[in-house]
Amino acid sequence: MSHYLVLESRDCLESRDSKKMATLAEELVQAGHQVTVFLIQNGVLGARSGAVDFFWGEMADRGGEVLADEFSLRERGIPAQGLHPGVEPASLDRVIDLMASGCKVIWH
Amino acid sequence: MKCLQVVETAYRATLEEQDDPVVWICHAMKGAGADLGVLLRSGAVNYAVTGQDPSGLAFGDWAQKHPPDLQGDLRALMEKRVPVYLVMEDAMERGLDPETLLEGIQLLSWSEVPALMEDYDQVWHW
Amino acid sequence: MNSNLTLTFSLMDPPYENARSTTAFRLIEAALRKGFHVNVFAYEGAVALPFLQQRAHANAVHGRDVEQEEHPLPHQWVQSLMRLAEEKGLQLQWVNCGLCVDERGVDQAVSGVRRGTPGDLWQFAQQSVNTLIIPAS
Repeated sequence: MSHYLVLESRDCLESRDSKKMATLAEELVQAGHQVTVFLIQNGVLGARSGAVDFFWGEMADRGGEVLADEFSLRERGIPAQGLHPGVEPASLDRVIDLMASGCKVIWH
Repeated sequence: MKCLQVVETAYRATLEEQDDPVVWICHAMKGAGADLGVLLRSGAVNYAVTGQDPSGLAFGDWAQKHPPDLQGDLRALMEKRVPVYLVMEDAMERGLDPETLLEGIQLLSWSEVPALMEDYDQVWHW
Repeated sequence: MNSNLTLTFSLMDPPYENARSTTAFRLIEAALRKGFHVNVFAYEGAVALPFLQQRAHANAVHGRDVEQEEHPLPHQWVQSLMRLAEEKGLQLQWVNCGLCVDERGVDQAVSGVRRGTPGDLWQFAQQSVNTLIIPAS
């Protein structure tokens, strides 16, 4: 089994393709793989608590890990305590660590 | 190392480049010994369609002599033993008729993509 | 420290067009600070990131002259990351796709940047523990 890292840079309310990536991530989880979704840039916009249609949140419910770039959050005025349940702030160091561990890494 | 090249972005500067930069870099890396597969998804599934005709681009007295041949570039990749896959749902969403797709392309459903990705050591998503 | 390990990043965006460029620089910095060697393959518009002719400007909207504005110049970011790598005893290899340089005329790059081909990207990838492609869209 592999560990996949999906770097999601797109606003989920703007990008229809983000939903497809979420579906792919769910398929990977269902197939027994470990999946970490790292929201970055406008990818964090949907993670604000109260934002609608935040489908990445379902990933956390299904066993995936959902992280959000601390800098992107701060840049957009989204406090750590104001995140959708299941989303954890993280630094880019986490991305580097996951890359070093040999994750299959996908930028979207 | 086997590397799956996933092409999402379509027709980005193909007229200026006279090819698709990702398909082109696949050719170049294959020439350097790379072990690759190519997966077309999203708008890039249209690269497999027959009947694309980008000829006729002209500005003033300048006229393009070598327009891109995206389907031909994919065919040439397959001739170099680079397997080319295509996400069927993405083709259907865009109203593509499977009969009009380049022969030799392997059609996959989205649910089969995770297994394909497992066949490769790395996944490069362009 | 992970000084035996190398990470490769491939960039495609030209400067001043997309947040992906600054994110890429942040990732490179994070990798260096964690002790990784870093390879960068700049493809398409990203070959203009280390272009030396970028010039800072004043900004009347901000009410600042050129010195006060200190407008960011990506080639200076490349230079700064090169210095960081040197200070840490790490390698930061930056290869610009040569054909991409030619078609854009951005052939004056900061010291340490060299011309190359997609073969360099493949070689980088083989030498690295992992590779991240940051595509333009």
